[in-house]
Amino acid sequence: MGQITLQGVQKSFGPVHIIKGADLDIADGSFVVFVGPSGCGKTTLLRLIAGLEDVSGGKILIDGKNVVDTPPAKRGLSMVFQSYALYPHMSVRGNIGFGLKMAGLAKDEINRKVEAAAATLNLTPYLDRKPRELSGGQRQRVAIGRAIVREPKAFLFDEPLSNLDAALRVQMRIEVTRLQKQLGTTAIYVTHDQVEAMTMADKIVVLNGGKIEQYGSPLELYERPANLFVAGFIGSPKMNFVTGEHALQRGAATIGVRPEHLKIERDGAGGWQGTISVAEHLGSDTFLYVDAGPLGMLTARYIGELSLHAGDRVSLVPDPARIHRFDERGNALQG
Amino acid sequence: MATRQTQFLARSLLTPAVGLLFIWMIVPLALTLYFSTLHYSLLDPGSEAFIGLENFRYFLTDPAFLASLQNTLVLVGSVLALTILLGIPLALLLDQPVVGRNFVRLMVIAPFFVMPTVSALVWKNLLMHPVSGLFAWLAKLVGLTPVDWFNDVPLFSVILIVAWQWLPFATLILLTALQSLDEEQKEAAEMDGASAVSTFIYITLPHLARPITVVILIETIFLLTVFAEIYVTTGGGPGLSTTNIAFLIYSQALIQFDVGSASAGGLVAVVLANIVAFFLVRIVGRNLEA
Repeated sequence: MGQITLQGVQKSFGPVHIIKGADLDIADGSFVVFVGPSGCGKTTLLRLIAGLEDVSGGKILIDGKNVVDTPPAKRGLSMVFQSYALYPHMSVRGNIGFGLKMAGLAKDEINRKVEAAAATLNLTPYLDRKPRELSGGQRQRVAIGRAIVREPKAFLFDEPLSNLDAALRVQMRIEVTRLQKQLGTTAIYVTHDQVEAMTMADKIVVLNGGKIEQYGSPLELYERPANLFVAGFIGSPKMNFVTGEHALQRGAATIGVRPEHLKIERDGAGGWQGTISVAEHLGSDTFLYVDAGPLGMLTARYIGELSLHAGDRVSLVPDPARIHRFDERGNALQG
Repeated sequence: MATRQTQFLARSLLTPAVGLLFIWMIVPLALTLYFSTLHYSLLDPGSEAFIGLENFRYFLTDPAFLASLQNTLVLVGSVLALTILLGIPLALLLDQPVVGRNFVRLMVIAPFFVMPTVSALVWKNLLMHPVSGLFAWLAKLVGLTPVDWFNDVPLFSVILIVAWQWLPFATLILLTALQSLDEEQKEAAEMDGASAVSTFIYITLPHLARPITVVILIETIFLLTVFAEIYVTTGGGPGLSTTNIAFLIYSQALIQFDVGSASAGGLVAVVLANIVAFFLVRIVGRNLEA
């Protein structure tokens, strides 16, 4: 079991409020991603749950029990750190087994569990190597092995893939997701990369300035962002925002249209007129950055190749069903 | 990168310095070698004569040699043990965030800046003096008989003084090493359920292995040649109880005025130091590579 509930959790360092009251319900076995820009408090929130920081207010319940006064090791959670934090002088075996050794397990039981964890992560050939003799991806897996071997109630991941190169990151992303599904253990994963968030999460928590902006499944966030911040943060390239007359016509202060929901017409008279300032041809996609005069810069995405180039005039027609409307305070309007 | 011209320039610019260093070192060494084969006593000038290896035989079979070799080893070993065993907890303390930490650190480092002669005099006359010393006063305060340090436990007294001087060095090196310990590693150990003691044994101490080696190596080099503290406090006595190799050589040359035997002793010391240096360079070199 690993159900985690946050009730009005607050954290301040002196006069600086990092977490301004977070309420959250994390169901057992789910994969929850905390995502947000740098300094939004996502890592702090994770460290509060881990117990590496003390809360300034509120409750953290794990399986219904308030753990704010419980030391980290007793909370039954395990953590994968950004720097992996492997013990450099211990072998892979020693690293994975350290927590069990501290828990006072018998040697052969430790060995059995370590070898089982190593087999799950394809680390068996490296058990007697030191961390410095491993590649980045292997070190990452040792760090994960150290987390899974203790059979925790939940895994906490603190930007674990940010030190890997792009190709390896994609591979590890899939491995971590698959492993979590296979073990069925609750996982909380912190990242600033919204692609990681969208691909890995069952549910995403979008944080900004110490507040939870929205909590929901990836597609909910994509289709029904609660406010301007979430709308702009989720999705790549970013959503286009238009204010003024076009927005007022639709009864909103700001309207947002995702680049993939803009229809590109070469010589159309309708829609939003503009001149292409940059065209990116990826083969699978074409991204157009269009200078639309008073509307500002708009981004449009076309699936497949479109032979348009910088300087061409285009008109962009938004898909009326896919227009997001926001009021003056940035909150989404229904309907 | 280096063209032929810059190589030539570099070499010609380096030559004076290298040449000067070479002469600086080779002249005393050659003279020592030469003197070590002579019968050369300052009390009997003009009687210098070649006597082969007789000086070496005399120096190595002198009972004072073995005694002073033993004293040297005891001194080096004890000071090393004291500075490291006290340096680790001190470094751990100084690593804690306390008010005025920078000032405390400065104070801890201070003994290192005091000249050996001065600190030996302070210890001898202000602290360890059996009549007017602070320790004697403290002992009398609690009703004990004051210890006559330099008569009752002479070698131990010298060890105390030298250890006091070298403790800051060990503390400083260990402190910088502690500060380079990855914070996330300590947190990982905390998550793994390690207590403070376990974290120290399994995480901190292995991390300190390298700086401890460095402290041992560097201190050994200097502790082999401790002289001022002995000269100022005990003069090598009582008897031979605080005479180390360095002091023995001094006494051969300038108390017994036997330059030949002292030169031979100097060369023996060079050989001993080189044996140590051989291991030092190998271990330090390996540690720096890893």
